Amino acid sequence: METLLNSEVFILTFIIGVYLFALWLYGKTKLPFLHPLLVSIPILALGTHLLGIAYDSFEKGSRIISFMLGPTVVVLGYLLYEQLVYLKENALSIITSVFVGCVTGIVSVIFIARYFGADHALIASLEPKSVTTPIAMSIAEKTGGIPSIAAVVVIVVGIFGGISGPFILERLGIKSRIARGLALGSAAHGLGTARAMELGSIEGAISGLAIGVMGIMTAVLVPVIEMILEKIQ
Amino acid sequence: MLSGIFIVLFFYCLGELAAWLLNGFIPGSVIGMLLLFVALCMKLVKPEALKPVAVFLCNNMGLFFVPAGVGIVNALDILSAYWEAVLVACAVSTIVVIVVVASLQQWFEKHRKGAEDR
Repeated sequence: METLLNSEVFILTFIIGVYLFALWLYGKTKLPFLHPLLVSIPILALGTHLLGIAYDSFEKGSRIISFMLGPTVVVLGYLLYEQLVYLKENALSIITSVFVGCVTGIVSVIFIARYFGADHALIASLEPKSVTTPIAMSIAEKTGGIPSIAAVVVIVVGIFGGISGPFILERLGIKSRIARGLALGSAAHGLGTARAMELGSIEGAISGLAIGVMGIMTAVLVPVIEMILEKIQ
Repeated sequence: MLSGIFIVLFFYCLGELAAWLLNGFIPGSVIGMLLLFVALCMKLVKPEALKPVAVFLCNNMGLFFVPAGVGIVNALDILSAYWEAVLVACAVSTIVVIVVVASLQQWFEKHRKGAEDR
């Protein structure tokens, strides 16, 4: 029994089964904090513990699933290409706005986390917090962070940004549909885009574009900003 | 479907190669994404071939980070020690990004409209 529980087949079936259940639950309730990942991760963590599955075999069994993250990032290049029309019309303003947003986002995370005494590994896991999860995890890994913290933080940020975003935009008096979509996508990746789609189709498309632009910029800027901050001190 | 899978893996490999040449400065998958985007713009790759793979990967993206998410049980001590840092840094920074990006973009649009009116 123990061999079966620790086998690749069982672990794969277990993960996909739990994930499907979480998807179903989310579809039924539509509650943002019941996001499929926030439901499936604790169930799986608890489940593997109760069934006595070793963490090593869990990691080995789930390797095929984790591998898919890389190809998913690559395929985002195709999604970016599909939104090219929107980029062409407003290239300069979009790139500048996302660039400034990206820099202030990274710098503010670093300084606030430092103020609270967080160590480098934790800060490196928080830096890519506004980027879509697969990109965030690979950035965190490259810069000495902990990918699993990055994954969970990104999802929580996405939920927070998706809920608070439209409210903030309303308070700021942002009327531009491009500005609204861009802000939601750059701050809250896929979850922001889901909200942007509710605001309108232009908002949704621009938001999807913002995910790709923000992802690329963050991947380049995180190491650059870290280097600059090191030089200053 | 298979040709699409090949194209994605091929660009992933190219990206990893570039990342290795750059000393791991930027993740290989992100460079692969950029290279695929450029190849599509230059019409070197047919977008139709990629569509089924893109739809499959993006629709199930959530599943792919579940295993890593479960890995968070190994990081609970850091998170519980610094939960205020995580919470405040992420909340403030998320609001900052929304405010900065939206305000700048709207300012650009108004500015450009003003220039056109003159």
